[in-house]
Amino acid sequence: MTRSTISFLRRGQRVDIANPDPKATLLDWLRLEERSTGTKEGCAEGDCGACTVVLARERDGQLVYEPVNACILLLGQADGADVITIEDLAEKGELHKIQSAMVEHHGSQCGFCTPGIVMSLFALYHEGKASVDRPDVNEALSGNLCRCTGYTPIVKAALQALADPATDQFDAKAEETLEAFKQFRQLEDVFVGNDEAFFAAPAAESSLAYLIQKYPDATLIAGATDVGLWITKGLMPLKRLIWLGRIKGLAAIEETELTLSFGAGVTHQMAMPRLAALDTDFGELARRFGSRQVRASGTVVGNIANGSPIGDWPPAFIALGASVELRNGFSNRSVPLEEFFIAYKQQNREPGEYIRRITLSKPGPNDHIRLFKVTKRRDEDISSVMAAFRITVEDGLISQARIAFGGMAGIPKRASAAEAAIIGLPIKDISTWRAGAEGLTADFSPLSDHRASAEYRMRVARNLVIKALAEIAGVPSSSTRISGLREVSHAAE
Amino acid sequence: MLPNDGADAVEHPLRQVGKSLPHESATRHVQGSALYIDDLPEPEGTLHIAIGGSPVARGRIVTLDLEAVRSAAGVVAVLTAADIPGKNDVSPAMGDDPMFAETHVEFVGQALFAVVAETRDAARRAVRLVKSQFEEDKPSITVEDALDRNETVLPDYAFGRGEPAKALTEAPVKLSGQFRIGGQEHFYLEGQVSFAMPGEGDEMLVHASSQHPTEVQHVVARVLGIPDAYVTSEVRRMGGGFGGKESQASQWAAIAALAARFTRKPCKLRLDRDDDMMLTGKRHDFRVDWQLGAHADGTIQSADISLLARCGYSADLSQGVVDRSMFHADNSYYLPDVRVSSRRLKTNTVSNTAFRGFGGPQGMLAMERMIDALASATGRDPLDIRKANFYRPGGEHTPFGMQVEDHDVLHALVDQLERSSDYRARREAIDAFNRESPLIRRGLALTPVKFGISFTLTQMNQGAALVHVYSDGSVHLNHGGTEMGQGLFLKVAQIVAEEFGISMDRIRVMPTSTGKVPNTSPTAASAGTDLNGMAAMLAAKAIKARMTAFAAETHGVDPAEIVFRDDMVAVGQLTLGFGELAKACHAGRIHLSEASHYKTPKVVWDRANAVGRPFYYFAYGAACSEVAIDTLTGEMKVERVDILHDVGRSLNPAIDIGQIEGGFVQGLGWLTTEELVYDDKGRLRTHAPSTYKIPVASDIPVDFRVALFDGANREDTVYRSKAVGEPPVMLAISVYSAILNAIQSLQPGTPVPLNAPATPEEILKAVQALGGGGGF
Repeated sequence: MTRSTISFLRRGQRVDIANPDPKATLLDWLRLEERSTGTKEGCAEGDCGACTVVLARERDGQLVYEPVNACILLLGQADGADVITIEDLAEKGELHKIQSAMVEHHGSQCGFCTPGIVMSLFALYHEGKASVDRPDVNEALSGNLCRCTGYTPIVKAALQALADPATDQFDAKAEETLEAFKQFRQLEDVFVGNDEAFFAAPAAESSLAYLIQKYPDATLIAGATDVGLWITKGLMPLKRLIWLGRIKGLAAIEETELTLSFGAGVTHQMAMPRLAALDTDFGELARRFGSRQVRASGTVVGNIANGSPIGDWPPAFIALGASVELRNGFSNRSVPLEEFFIAYKQQNREPGEYIRRITLSKPGPNDHIRLFKVTKRRDEDISSVMAAFRITVEDGLISQARIAFGGMAGIPKRASAAEAAIIGLPIKDISTWRAGAEGLTADFSPLSDHRASAEYRMRVARNLVIKALAEIAGVPSSSTRISGLREVSHAAE
Repeated sequence: MLPNDGADAVEHPLRQVGKSLPHESATRHVQGSALYIDDLPEPEGTLHIAIGGSPVARGRIVTLDLEAVRSAAGVVAVLTAADIPGKNDVSPAMGDDPMFAETHVEFVGQALFAVVAETRDAARRAVRLVKSQFEEDKPSITVEDALDRNETVLPDYAFGRGEPAKALTEAPVKLSGQFRIGGQEHFYLEGQVSFAMPGEGDEMLVHASSQHPTEVQHVVARVLGIPDAYVTSEVRRMGGGFGGKESQASQWAAIAALAARFTRKPCKLRLDRDDDMMLTGKRHDFRVDWQLGAHADGTIQSADISLLARCGYSADLSQGVVDRSMFHADNSYYLPDVRVSSRRLKTNTVSNTAFRGFGGPQGMLAMERMIDALASATGRDPLDIRKANFYRPGGEHTPFGMQVEDHDVLHALVDQLERSSDYRARREAIDAFNRESPLIRRGLALTPVKFGISFTLTQMNQGAALVHVYSDGSVHLNHGGTEMGQGLFLKVAQIVAEEFGISMDRIRVMPTSTGKVPNTSPTAASAGTDLNGMAAMLAAKAIKARMTAFAAETHGVDPAEIVFRDDMVAVGQLTLGFGELAKACHAGRIHLSEASHYKTPKVVWDRANAVGRPFYYFAYGAACSEVAIDTLTGEMKVERVDILHDVGRSLNPAIDIGQIEGGFVQGLGWLTTEELVYDDKGRLRTHAPSTYKIPVASDIPVDFRVALFDGANREDTVYRSKAVGEPPVMLAISVYSAILNAIQSLQPGTPVPLNAPATPEEILKAVQALGGGGGF
């Protein structure tokens, strides 16, 4: 059975859309079709958060509320969700707790970012944390730009409204919502449109394989946090779209003693706790990945498949040791991650192949992980340089080294010369650190662009080798870092 | 006794003024029910517009083939300069901003044509079908390019006093340097948008997200070739302005109006964010060349400050902007022999424009940079150098000859902040920390702000209001100011409510409309409340006086015994509801409406001779910031900020603190993360929030202490308040100075070559210049 409408819940009612433009965004549907203008377009590229709405979905029997950027979320990606917008929060004229706190603390000035901010905080409210602190609020607001207030009153409002967990009308009707979801029959494929132009959301990998074979030119989307911009900014006339988000099997996270793997449907947010458990720096990098909204939609595998030389995960995963599983129809093959990236915008992926999952090797007891993301702005920014280290130290000597960089070449790339330069050397010697830094000159000749100059990239890359090795040698990160301190994170655990 | 004017009023308990009421639209903001222009219901047949811009920065248009554009799906019309019935000019004053380029292009993105289509999507797609050819010329992009060609948009200008050249050669301490100050994108969250509705005949109603509805009206009339009276321009609210919608909203309004005139349909133009960032001007970037002469103790003898402003391709507001840079190049310091000079350089980039502070921040940063260099050279604490050079008795005149009458406010304010921020103890702690910390360095700085309030173009210092009292006692409030989030509508409503002794909910704040209040000044120069609040108060007073006279006569009591308070009017022993009296007045044929006007006293400025008093008064403030930098990467973190700011008697402390915090953070972005990068073809590479980084919540110091300085404005402003919109931006200079201080710790006494913004790359460069940046 195949359903031929995009269907979701809106204010308790089922909405069925039979003939959408496959590339229509949720924001355009809200503003232009439904004429709900409370949700704003600020940038149409998922970077300002003015368009934030919340999608509630069932996950393991619970309602999970997540903020998304409606401007780059395709309408079809709302399938099966409860779409909650700013207009829905007040009940019978009474403001939601988040809204009244925003008024009380003067959290709005021009008001244009406000709906998005309220929705991000509404999603945080429904995370059900026992207590919320300033870092939680910062994290929830990482994808919301405000140009007027300087955020202070918004943070105050959030801390007050979220001080003690309470229930709202959405909690009260959670059972009803979960019941309503059943009508969407999650095991049924969705195909809306025709051979020429369609939005397909298969429910099983077998259906996906069939679709890919039938339409090899179709665009695969997972979170669409990148493809969304091809549409809104590139005005690309995409006609055939296949969304991976409904395939339960692809949303699997599997963990063994030695490995951790994420299916193609696993979002950054879903992966975050598992990654954070690998190492403090993984938690910090995950927290700094995109924004809360991007982490809710975007997938870990998407960050690999997109092939960007400046993605956050590829260097980190290359350093860790990772392989991707590629699938074509019903055949699979596995490729080490560093071999997947061939050249700028060129990957080891045949037409019709997609990345099914990525498997990471977990660090062992003698392994030291260090991850550094250097950006102009600490949160919600793309790295100028991304450095990742997995250094194995045995008896004071470096026995193995896997070092990878982003932003230093046309692809995420291992620093083989730097690795070779330090293997066998004592970790505590400053000369070892310097040798590693020196090795990089043979590994990279970076480019200059609007994020950073080539000289800066090279200098920072060298310095990060020194920083990483110094820390591994025992220099406390409070002496080497201004934020993301390892000691603090451990204390908090 | 009731207050008869604002000055007296502060002696009496106030009911509305001085209260921290929430923004008038706050409950609508949080529900998404506040309507911005793109949210207005669209009448049937509404058409949408997209702009076709130049792909080259400088050159001649050889061909502009629009055939494919015209025949694209959904396209209704394609408009070029040839379709303009009036003048092809959307400039604020100088006539040098064509609405559509005709023969030559002068920056990448410059509008060539507009597509009018059934949907916005169709219009945007059609734009890309243009086939054009250009004869390209090498563009001027940088200050140096413009200097090489010796091209300016306006004449050079200078003022000063004494013999700075001579004094500089004689000074025991001689310093000189050069540094660069980056521009800044406004990044109002609501982009430029206009919605034009054709009326009968030539009439046109334009909803424009503009800080200057009158200019929109004038420009639309000029472009359409019709009298001003046929055009009404209206704006209820903007989703942020910050100066970016002062002169540069007019073009989009005029294009929308032209399309509406051409198609006879409502036409809307909302720029895509990337287009907005490429097609509209920014804060001016500068190169500053400076020389400073001082006594051995760090007291300044002489200064020569040359401000080279990159204005872009046209004049726009650059005369006033760069003048204000000059007016603030002294910041708070007495400069005995001084010359301040400026050049307004022409480059093939978008025309730079007003941005909160209007040039002031750049001038002030230049001076603070010089002060830090002087502190380094003399080995003294920068705060001591600052205080030693403050305006003081015997050193009271600015380089443009205006007397600073209340410098004691500055002294008191800085002393108070020095104590409350624990500056001295923290200085010692930071020095100790830095001695032990090879990689992470900390810095501390306390910097002052003295900002002149008034438009420096004297004629703009006027405001007007139109107040109606209806016979049910509800009040309709109109004035010339626009609401962009700053809380102006609320403050003016508080003033009017106070005057009538009524509650806020009786007042209906109306959209700003040229049909209600004509010939307005832009809402700019921080002067919105000073001008419009005073005008509205005068209107309310006039109506109240007539109501009082009527009540006195009707009930035979002395007018002095009539009190308006708490929605009631006490008439001797009798008490009437405010609405009751309004109704009675109407029945008694009393006029319950008043149009009033206010002009700022004392201001006079003769630019040609550089004499006069351009500012009615100064607003003061100071900030103390502490930062940490990573000498391996150049990354920076703001650890703590203390602010003490002077808003006179606050009309609404919550709104004022909001302006202070928001302004500070905007300045923080300008000086740290916000970097505009143009390539050598003149293309802006940072044209979206993915590449242009304004502060997010985590950039705000966790320890952020903001307080209002206690004191009334000594000038007779509305309730003795002070303007607050712009001055706080410059409090962020303390962060820049603290970064400089942290870098300086690597090698005291050596000049720190730090440009603004202090991005990680810029910080690391300076760190390396002082021998750091290599690790252990």
